Amino acid sequence: MEDLKKFLTDKVLLSESDTLSSEADKVLSKIRREKSDNAVIFISSGTSSIIAGSEKTASAVQLYVDEKVPGTEIVRVGCTGPLSYEPLLCIQLLGKNKLFFRNITEEKVEPLLNGLFHNDINKDDLAGQQGTKGFEMWPGIPFLEDMPFFARQKRVVLNNCGCYDPESIEEFIARGGYRAFVKAIRHYTYEDVCNIIENSGLRGRSGGGYLTGLKWKQALNTTSSSRYLVCNAKESDPGAYTDRTILESDPHRLVEGIAIASYAIGASSAIVFFRRGSSHALNRLQKAIDSAREFGLLGHNILSSGYNLDIIIRKEPGAFVCGEETALISSLEGKRGMPQLKPPYPTTAGLLGKPTVINNVETLMNIPLIMQNGPEWFRNMGTEKSPGTKVFAIAGKGRLSGVVEVEMGTTIKSIVEDIADGIKDSKELKAVQLGGASGSFITSETMDIPVDYDVMKEKGIAMGAGGFIIIDENTCIVDIVRYYMEFIRNESCGKCIPCREGTGRMLEILDSVIRKPVSEDSGTTLERFKGVMQLETIAAVMKDTSLCGLGQTAPNPFMSALENFREEFEEHIFDRKCRANVCRGLRTFSIDVDKCTGCTACASKCPVNAIYGTRLQPFFIVEEKCTGCGICYDICKFSAIKVK
Amino acid sequence: MSKEIDLIIKKYKPGRREELIPLLQEIQDDNGHLSEEAIVKVGNFVGLSTTKIYGLATFYDQFKFIPSGKVSIKICNGTSCFLNGSKGVLDTFRDETGLSSGQTSRDGIFSYEIVTCMGGCNNGPVISINGEYTTHVKPEQIPDLIKKLRFVIEND
Repeated sequence: MEDLKKFLTDKVLLSESDTLSSEADKVLSKIRREKSDNAVIFISSGTSSIIAGSEKTASAVQLYVDEKVPGTEIVRVGCTGPLSYEPLLCIQLLGKNKLFFRNITEEKVEPLLNGLFHNDINKDDLAGQQGTKGFEMWPGIPFLEDMPFFARQKRVVLNNCGCYDPESIEEFIARGGYRAFVKAIRHYTYEDVCNIIENSGLRGRSGGGYLTGLKWKQALNTTSSSRYLVCNAKESDPGAYTDRTILESDPHRLVEGIAIASYAIGASSAIVFFRRGSSHALNRLQKAIDSAREFGLLGHNILSSGYNLDIIIRKEPGAFVCGEETALISSLEGKRGMPQLKPPYPTTAGLLGKPTVINNVETLMNIPLIMQNGPEWFRNMGTEKSPGTKVFAIAGKGRLSGVVEVEMGTTIKSIVEDIADGIKDSKELKAVQLGGASGSFITSETMDIPVDYDVMKEKGIAMGAGGFIIIDENTCIVDIVRYYMEFIRNESCGKCIPCREGTGRMLEILDSVIRKPVSEDSGTTLERFKGVMQLETIAAVMKDTSLCGLGQTAPNPFMSALENFREEFEEHIFDRKCRANVCRGLRTFSIDVDKCTGCTACASKCPVNAIYGTRLQPFFIVEEKCTGCGICYDICKFSAIKVK
Repeated sequence: MSKEIDLIIKKYKPGRREELIPLLQEIQDDNGHLSEEAIVKVGNFVGLSTTKIYGLATFYDQFKFIPSGKVSIKICNGTSCFLNGSKGVLDTFRDETGLSSGQTSRDGIFSYEIVTCMGGCNNGPVISINGEYTTHVKPEQIPDLIKKLRFVIEND
C-alpha cells in the first residue's frame, strides 16, 4: 500500500511531462480495472440506489460470487444517472464491454448471473453495453450511449460518476485526478489560476450565474491576511439531489476543486457547508478528505510547495434560508442564520470579517476540468455567454428520472422529450418547474427556451440550482403553488416583515381557495374573494421589499402559475372545481350502485367512517362526513367510486 | 448524563462562538436531544446567556428539546414525493397519531418528522422507519403500519 502511494505521488502526481511512462500507464490501467484478470461487478450505491434496494442486491451478489465464481471483484460505485433503473448492476466480463442491467432486485441476481456466466444473457433486464476502447464489443446488444437518455447528454462533470469506487483515492488519481491541483500549486500563481477560470467564462452554478473567476479576484485583491473558501453543499431545494449524487459518486473531484479554488484566492482553510440528512454522502466526502490528507494533498506545506490548506466539514443545522450567502456565514459564525444587508459582499467582508468566497458544488466540480483541459476547451461547450454544461436532477412525472448533464443551449423541450423520454403513463405535460421553491413554471408553449443564463433571465425564468420537476395533467397547479408557499412560510427566517407576514398571508389565502366550502351563503365566500384580490398585491410587495433572495423570489411560483394557468385558478375560485381532482376540499365522491358489489373494502378503510351499507349490497357515502381523502377511490377494485 | 456532556464540551475551545453549533450538534447526536442541563452548560462554556443558546437552537430545525421516541418516523415531503401523493400519507398519519412534525407521542413510542427529500425521488412517497426505507407508500397502508409498530414495541 505504501509503495503504491509513493508510486502515485512520485511517478504520477509529480511527473513533469503530460504523458506518463508506459510502465506507469500499465499500473494505472490495472487500478482502473481495465486489465483485470477477473470479471468485475459494479453495483450502484448512492442513497437513491439504497432506497431502491441496492444493498440487498449487493449481498445477494456477494453470496453468489463466494459460492460460484470466487475471485470476481465486486465494486460499489456511485450513481450512473438513470434513477428509474436503480438498482443498476454493471458487469464487466474478461476483455469485454461493460453490460448494464436495470432494476436488479435481490431475487433477480441469481438467474441473471447464472445466465451471464453461461453465455445466456437475459435481454429483458438489459439496459445496454458501454463501448470502451480496447474492449471487445457484444454483438447484437444496443449501446448505452445510443439511448436518448445518454445520447442527448454531455457528461463532463458527471463523467466519473458510476465508473469508479468513490472511496478509493488511488483510482481517482489513476483517472487523472489531482494532477490539475498539483500543477496549479507548483507552476501557477494565484492570479494565473484566477485568470484561467475567468477566461473560461465559468459562471456560478447556484442560479445567479455570476462569473466565478471575477468573484475569486475580488477576494484575492483584498489586503486581508487570511481568506476563506466555503463550498455550499446545502442544496436545500426540496426537489433537487444533484449535489448529493455528485458527492456520493465523485467526492474526490470536489475535494480537488475546493483545493484549487482555495489556492486561487490564497485561502488556507476551506469549509464545506453540508446538507443535513445525507449521511452517506457525508461519510464519503469525509473519507475523501482524509485520504487526500494521507496522500499529503492537504495539510501543511503540500508536496513541498509551501502552500497550506485544510478542509473541514460543517453540518448545516437545518434552515432553508442558510443557502443565502450572508445567512450561511451567520450560521457558520454560530449565530441565527439570518441574512444581512449587502454590501459589504462576502468577498470583501465575510466569515469572521474576512474575505470569503462561496461557491456551490457544481461550480467547484468544473474547476479541475478547466485546469486540466484549458479555458478554450470549456468555452467550446455551450453558448457564448454561458459556456459549459449544466446538471439537472429530473424528478416528477417523466418516464425516466435521474441526474443528467446537458450542454448549455439545449432546449428544455429536448430534456423533457428525449432525455426523460416523455411523460409517464402517456399523460399530457402540464409544465416544467425549474428552480425549486422559488422557481417558475415553463409550459409546453415556452418549452423551446434554451438552457442559458441570459436568455432565461430575459424571459423571467430562474435557472435554479438543478431541480427539474416535470408536472403532468394530473397535478393541480394551485395545489403545487400552495405546497411551495407552505415550504417557504415554514422556512422564512422572520427577520423582515414582507417575507414573514407575506408568506403567511399568501398561504392563508391559497388555503381558502382549496378548502371545502362551508356553505356558500355565509361570509366565507366574500372573505375568500377579498383575499384573492390581494394575492397579486402581496406578491408584488414581497418581491420589491424583502431583504434577501428567499423573500424576493418566494412569490415566483405563484406569479408564474397565475400568468400561465390563470383559468385554473379561476376555476378553483369561482366554480369551486379542481380539474385535476387533487384538491381534497373541492372533490366529492359518490358510489355507483350498478358497479358496487358491497365488498366493504372502502367502508373498512374510510378514516372518518363516512361510508355505510350492508354487506353484498351497494354502499353509499355521507357527503357531510366525507373529507375527500380519496382512499376509497384508490382502494375500490370495481371502479365503483365516482369523483366529481 | 452530565458526565457525557462534560466529555464532549472538553473537546472544544472555550469562548469560540463559531464552534457553538457543532458543539450542540455533537451533544444532540450523542443524547438524542438537548436537555436543559446541556443548554445551561454550553452557555457557561461559550460565555453566552442560556436565552441566547436557546434562541439559537430553536431557530434551526435540527435541534430537539424533548427525548425522541423509540421509533423515529420520517416522511418525505420533497417535491417528487409530493407529486406522487405524499400529502395523503401525511394527512393520514396526522389523523392516525395526532402528531405534527417534530413531535414525540405521549407514550414515547413515535417521534415524527417531515423531511424534504431523502433521495428516493423515483420511488416516492418514501417513509423511513428507524433508517429503514419503505417506498411507494399509500395512505391506506398507514393505519396498519402504525398498529404493527405499536404492537412490536409494546410487546418487546
